[in-house]
Amino acid sequence: MKYLEEFRDLELSHKLADGIRRRVKPFQDREIVLMEVCGTHTMAIHKFGIKGMLPESVKLLSGPGCPVCVTPNEYMDRAVALARREDVILTTFGDMMRVPGSSSSLEKVRARGADIRMVYSCRDSLPLAREHPDKKIVFLGVGFETTSPTIAATLEEAEKQGVRNFYVLCGHKLIPPAMKALVENRDVKVQGFICPAHVSTIIGAEPYQFLADEYGIPCVIAGFEPLDILQGVAMLVRMIIEERPAVMNQYQRVAHLRGNPIAQQLLSRVFETCSSAWRGIGEIPASGYRISDALAHRDAGRVIDVEVEPLREHKGCRCGEILQGLIDPCQCPLYAETCTPENPIGPCMVSSEGTCAAYYKYVGIQPDLSKGGQG
Amino acid sequence: MAGPGKNSGSEGPGGHVLLAHGDGGLLTRRLIEDLFLPSFDNPELHPLLDAARIRMESKNLAFTTDSHVVNPIFFPGSDIGRLSVFGSCNDLAVMGARPEYLSCGFILEEGLEFEVLERVVRSMQDAASSVPVKIVTGDTKVVERGAADRVFINTSGVGPRLAWPSLGRAIKPGDVVISSGTLGDHGMAILAARGNLALKVPIESDCASIWPLVDALYQDKIGVKWMRDPTRGGLATALNELVAGTALAVALEEKSIPVKESVDSACEILGLDPLYMANEGKILVVVKSGDASRTLEVLRSEPLGKNAAIIGRIEKEPPGRVLLRTGIGGTRLMGLLSGNPLPRIC
Amino acid sequence: MCLAVPMRVEDIKGSRARVESAGVIMEVDVSMVPEVMPGEYVIVHAGFAIERLKPDEAEETLNLIRQMVDAMEEDERESKGPLGRIGR
Repeated sequence: MKYLEEFRDLELSHKLADGIRRRVKPFQDREIVLMEVCGTHTMAIHKFGIKGMLPESVKLLSGPGCPVCVTPNEYMDRAVALARREDVILTTFGDMMRVPGSSSSLEKVRARGADIRMVYSCRDSLPLAREHPDKKIVFLGVGFETTSPTIAATLEEAEKQGVRNFYVLCGHKLIPPAMKALVENRDVKVQGFICPAHVSTIIGAEPYQFLADEYGIPCVIAGFEPLDILQGVAMLVRMIIEERPAVMNQYQRVAHLRGNPIAQQLLSRVFETCSSAWRGIGEIPASGYRISDALAHRDAGRVIDVEVEPLREHKGCRCGEILQGLIDPCQCPLYAETCTPENPIGPCMVSSEGTCAAYYKYVGIQPDLSKGGQG
Repeated sequence: MAGPGKNSGSEGPGGHVLLAHGDGGLLTRRLIEDLFLPSFDNPELHPLLDAARIRMESKNLAFTTDSHVVNPIFFPGSDIGRLSVFGSCNDLAVMGARPEYLSCGFILEEGLEFEVLERVVRSMQDAASSVPVKIVTGDTKVVERGAADRVFINTSGVGPRLAWPSLGRAIKPGDVVISSGTLGDHGMAILAARGNLALKVPIESDCASIWPLVDALYQDKIGVKWMRDPTRGGLATALNELVAGTALAVALEEKSIPVKESVDSACEILGLDPLYMANEGKILVVVKSGDASRTLEVLRSEPLGKNAAIIGRIEKEPPGRVLLRTGIGGTRLMGLLSGNPLPRIC
Repeated sequence: MCLAVPMRVEDIKGSRARVESAGVIMEVDVSMVPEVMPGEYVIVHAGFAIERLKPDEAEETLNLIRQMVDAMEEDERESKGPLGRIGR
C-alpha cells in the first residue's frame, strides 16, 4: 500500500528500459545527456543499476544535489568555531559530523570536548534549549528546499514558545539557481534535468520553467524508485527527440505542480534569498537563504561572536568539477587513493549521498560492475 | 541470598557501590561472599582462590575474551549481564568449541545501585546455566564516579574444540553462505533503547546463546567449513573478514537476506543499514552447495534458527570483496564500516 | 538529499500526528499538511510531514507506465511490418 514495491517491479523496469533503447535507436550517433541534481537520485541510480539498463547513448550525470557536498569550508569553519565555545551546544544532522573544514571537523572537535548532538529533526533542538537555559543551542541549517521549511517551522515555533536560546547557522540553498548556473557554464552540456522529487514537492514545477522556456531544456520531476527514474528518463528522451521542452511531473502521487503552498509561505516568512557560495561552483546569486531581519536575533552568524580560522582549500580536491558533472570520481587523482570513505578529503566522499561516496560504494574502483545486463 | 545491600550498614544510603568495594578488603570480601558466590555457585569457584583450578579432557581448546560496555545496560530483550555471558560463549561456539568455563571481571562505577548490580549478576547466572557454562573466577574493581558508565564487564571463556573435520576446510567458489535468522535486530534494539531516537521501534535484541545451533549442526555431522557470529559491524563486516585478502568473493542476494520489516523500516527512516548492525544471537555458516538444504533443515528445526536462509554464494570476482546484488540488477560493494553509522537525513 | 519515507497516519492532535510504518512509530509535525486524515499516508522528512501520498495517483502512474511500455512494444511490432522485417 505504500507504493514502494510496485515501483521496483523488475520486469516492468526492464521493459521500460527496452522501450527507451528503442526510442533512441534511430538517433544512435546522438548523445543524450541528462543530469539529476539530488543525492537521493544519485544513490538510487547506483543502487538499482539504472545506468546499466540504459542504452550507451543516454548519459546520466550527477550534479550538485548533495547539500552537504556544496557547503563551503567557510561554513564548516564557523560551525567548528561555534562548537568550541563553552556556552554552545551544537545540534546537527548526522551527515555533517565528518565533513572536513579548513583544518578540523565536528567529529574532531567533539573528541576534544565540544558539545555536539546529532538530531533527526531540527525540532529536537527545542527541548534541549529548554533543558539548558544557560547555553546557546545552535542548529546547523544545511539542506535544500525539502529541509529548509522544517527549519523555518522550528524558528517560528521557538518564537511562539519564547525559547530564547535557540539559534540557527543558516546555510540553506536553493536548487533552481544552481541549475541555471550549470546551464550557463559552457563546459556543462546538459540536455535534460531529472528534478528532485521532494524539493519539487515543496517548490512545485514553476521554478524550473525558465529552463524549458529560455534554454530549451526539458525537466521532469521524478520519484526515487526505479520505475520513477526510468519513466522520467523516457519522458525526457521523448521531449529531447521531439524538441518540445517542457516541465513535467512524473511524481504525481506526491508532488503537485503548485508545490506545497504552506511550506512556501513558511519559507518566505522566515527566510530571504541571498547570494550564496557553492563549493566548487562559486558564488551563485539568489541561491541561498538567510534568516530575515525580523528573526535576526536567532541568526547565529550575526549574533554569536566567534573567531573563524583562515580559509584553506585542500589542494588536488576536485569536488567542484565532480559537482558539476564535468568529471567522474575515478578521474579525480585523489579518489580511492588518499580520499576514501575512511579518510575523506572532500565532501563528495564524506557525505553519504555524495557522488564519490555513492560511486565508491556501488562501483568501487573497477567501473565494470554496474554494467550488468547491457542490452 | 540477602545480598550485600540489605543489612550491612557500611554500604551507603539505599545500598550503593562504594570505592571500598574494590579495594580487596572487607567490603570486597562481603561483595563476593554475599553476591557473586551464591549467584555463580559452582565447585570451581567456591574455594575463592586467586585462580580457579579446572580440568578439561581435551588439549585442543579455544579461548576468547570480550569486554562489554553497552549503553544502556538494560534494553529490550536483554541486558549487559546476559550479553557478556552469551558473547564469550558464542565466540567459542562459532570456533567449534563447547563453552565450559568463563571468567568475569567487573569494573563498577562508584555509586552504582546494588539493586542494579544484583539484577545484572542474576541475569548472568541465568544465562550461564542456560548454556550451560560455569563462571569460575572473577575480579571486581570500583572506579570513581564518572570514570566508568555504571558497569563494564569483561568475560573470558575457554572450552574444548569439537572433533569437526570440515571446520577450516578451504572455501571454494560455489559454496553457500547461510544466515541462521534475521539481521540487525540487536543493533536496532540498542539504538532504540538509547531513548534519543525520534522513533519507537518494536524490536528486541536477539541476544541468545547460539550453542544449540552449533551443536545441532555438529550432531548432524554437517560439513560446516566456516562459522561466525556477526556482532559489531554486522553481516557485512563478518563476511569481509572471511574473504579479505583472498582470491574469493561473497555475492549476496539482497532479496534473500532476512531482515525484520520493522528493522528495515526504521533503518530506511534513519538512513542506516541493517547489514552493518550488530547481532547477538545469529550465526553465519559456509557449506558446500550440496549440504545447503540439509543445513537449512537442521537450523530451522531449532527455535533460534526458524528464519534460517541462504543469503549468498562464494564466487571468484571481485577477489577479496563482498558484493550485494540488489533486487533490480544493481550491484553494491559492501566495504568495511568507516566511522559510526550516522543516522542520515540528507 | 531528501531522505523521506511514506508513513501511515494513525492519530492527529493539533499539529502533531503519530505515524507508523511496519510497526515503527514516530511523532511528526503535520502543519504543512493540514487536511491530512488518519489512515492516509504522508511523506515524512526530518520529523515533518511534507505532503500526502495519493494512492489513486500512484495507480494512475503505474497504469501510465504500463501503457507507455505497451505503446513502445506496439511501435516495435508495427515497424517490423507484415513480412516480419525490422525496417525504419
